[in-house]
Amino acid sequence: MTKLSTPHLLGIKDLTASDIELIFKTTDNFKNIINRPIKKVPSLRDITIANLFFESSTRTRISFELAEKRLSADVINFSSSGSSVKKGETLIDTVNNILAMKVDMVVMRHPAPGAAHFLSKNVNAKIVNAGDGTHEHPTQALLDAYSIRQKFGKVRGKKVVIIGDILHSRVALSNIYCLKKLGVEVMVCGPTTLIPKYITSLGVKVEHHLRKALQWCDVANILRIQLERQDIKYFPTLREYSMQYGVNKTLLDSLKKEITIMHPGPINRGVEITSDVADSKQSIILEQVENGVAIRMAVLYLLAGRHEEN
Amino acid sequence: MKQRQILNSQQIDLVITRLCFQLIEVHNDFSQSVILGIQPRGIHLAQRIHKIISTIVRKKDIKCGTLDITFYRDDFRQKELIPSSTQIDFDIENKNVILVDDVLYTGRTVRAALDAMLALGRPKDVELVALIDRRLSRNVPIHAKYIGKIIDSIASEKVLVHWKETDGKDEVILMTEKTND
Repeated sequence: MTKLSTPHLLGIKDLTASDIELIFKTTDNFKNIINRPIKKVPSLRDITIANLFFESSTRTRISFELAEKRLSADVINFSSSGSSVKKGETLIDTVNNILAMKVDMVVMRHPAPGAAHFLSKNVNAKIVNAGDGTHEHPTQALLDAYSIRQKFGKVRGKKVVIIGDILHSRVALSNIYCLKKLGVEVMVCGPTTLIPKYITSLGVKVEHHLRKALQWCDVANILRIQLERQDIKYFPTLREYSMQYGVNKTLLDSLKKEITIMHPGPINRGVEITSDVADSKQSIILEQVENGVAIRMAVLYLLAGRHEEN
Repeated sequence: MKQRQILNSQQIDLVITRLCFQLIEVHNDFSQSVILGIQPRGIHLAQRIHKIISTIVRKKDIKCGTLDITFYRDDFRQKELIPSSTQIDFDIENKNVILVDDVLYTGRTVRAALDAMLALGRPKDVELVALIDRRLSRNVPIHAKYIGKIIDSIASEKVLVHWKETDGKDEVILMTEKTND
C-alpha cells in the first residue's frame, strides 16, 4: 500500500485498516523530521491550503497550520467571525470563492455534522475534516491511536476506555471507528444520559461505573463535557459529574495497575480530570499534541500526493 | 524484455574494492569524512563500502548513515513513493560527505539528496559514488566523482542492480525491449 483509498479525509469510517497503517508509517518519518534542527521539507511547496474554521479551535488549528508550514505549503487562514458568513453567504459560496483564488486543499472545522461530506460532493478540492459538529474528528482519532502505538509498541489487543460525554463527542466516534479497525477492545463510560442508545451497535462495551472501567482498561481517554453542545441538562451539576466520573489520583492509585491517561483537550481541570492526574507521568497528553503535527503532516502529504488514476 | 548481465557477483566485488581504494586515497583515515547511502537502493553499496574501508584502514568508528529523500523529490505527484528512514546519528556539519547510490541516471535523486542532506547541516565538501553511471541520460548537471561502471544505455532500457541483502544475489542487469531483428 502506497496510497490512501480515499481522495479526502472526511472521517475514519471511510478508511481501511491499511490506510491507517500507511498514515502511521508516514507519520514515523515526519516525527523524525520535526525533531531535526531544520524541521521543514519542500514536499508541498506547490500546494495552497485553506484552513476554514467555522468553530473555535486552538490545538487543531495551530497543529494543522504548523503541519502545512513544515511541508512548505502556502497557508491561508479563515475564521467565520469577522467574515462574510455573518452577511449570509452560504458554505458552498464561501468555499468556492476561496477556491477561485487557486486553492488546492481545504481543512475545515464546522459545527454541522456532515459539513465536510457535503463540501466534498460540491466543490473541487481535497477536503480534510478537522471536526464536523458531533460527527467525526479523524485526525484526532489517528493521533490518539498513534500515541497508543508509540506508548505500547502496538495497538492491537489493547483495551481502551473512553470516558465522558460520548453523546456529543466527535472525538469519541472517530476514536471508536479507528480503534475498532485496528483491533482494539473499546469501552465507553459515562452517565446513561451521555451514552447514545445504539452505541453498542459499533461493537463497544458500555460501563457506567468509572472504577470498573478503569480497572478493565490499559488506556483511559478522558473527554471534556461539551456544555456548548448541550441544550438540555444531562446531569444535575458539574460537581456531581466530577464526583462520579472525574478521574483523580486517589482513584488511579487504588487500581492494581498503572493505566495510561489521554485527553484530547481542552482540559477542564477539576471536572473530568484533576491536575495531578493530567500532569502525572501516566499522562501522555502532551505527547498526543506533539504527535498531532506529524499525523497531520502525513495526512496532508498522502492526500496531496494521491494522483487520480486515468 | 531481453536481459543481459553486465556485472556478476565477482565483478561487483572487484568494482566495490576499487572504489574503496579510490576513496581511501582521498579521505585518508576518514576522521573528517562520513558515508551516506541514499535510500532505498544506495544503502547496500554504502554498507559494503563502509565495511571494506573499515577493514583496510583498521578503524571501527567510520561513520555511515542512510538518507531518505522522498520528501525532497520533484516528481512526488507523478509517482507512488514510499518513504524509508533517515538514520544519521552523527553530525555532518563541516564534514566531507560521501553520497552513495547504486545507479546515477537522470541525476534527480542526487539533486533531492543534496537538499535532504543540507537540511541536516552544512558539510564542508560533498562527493558522489555511483556503482553504475548511465551518463547519456542526465537531466541535471550532476556528475559522480567515483564510478563503478559506465553504461551507455538508451531511455527505453533499464538497469537493475540486485543485492544479496534484498534480491538473493549480487548482479547488474541491462533490460532491453525485444526487437525482431
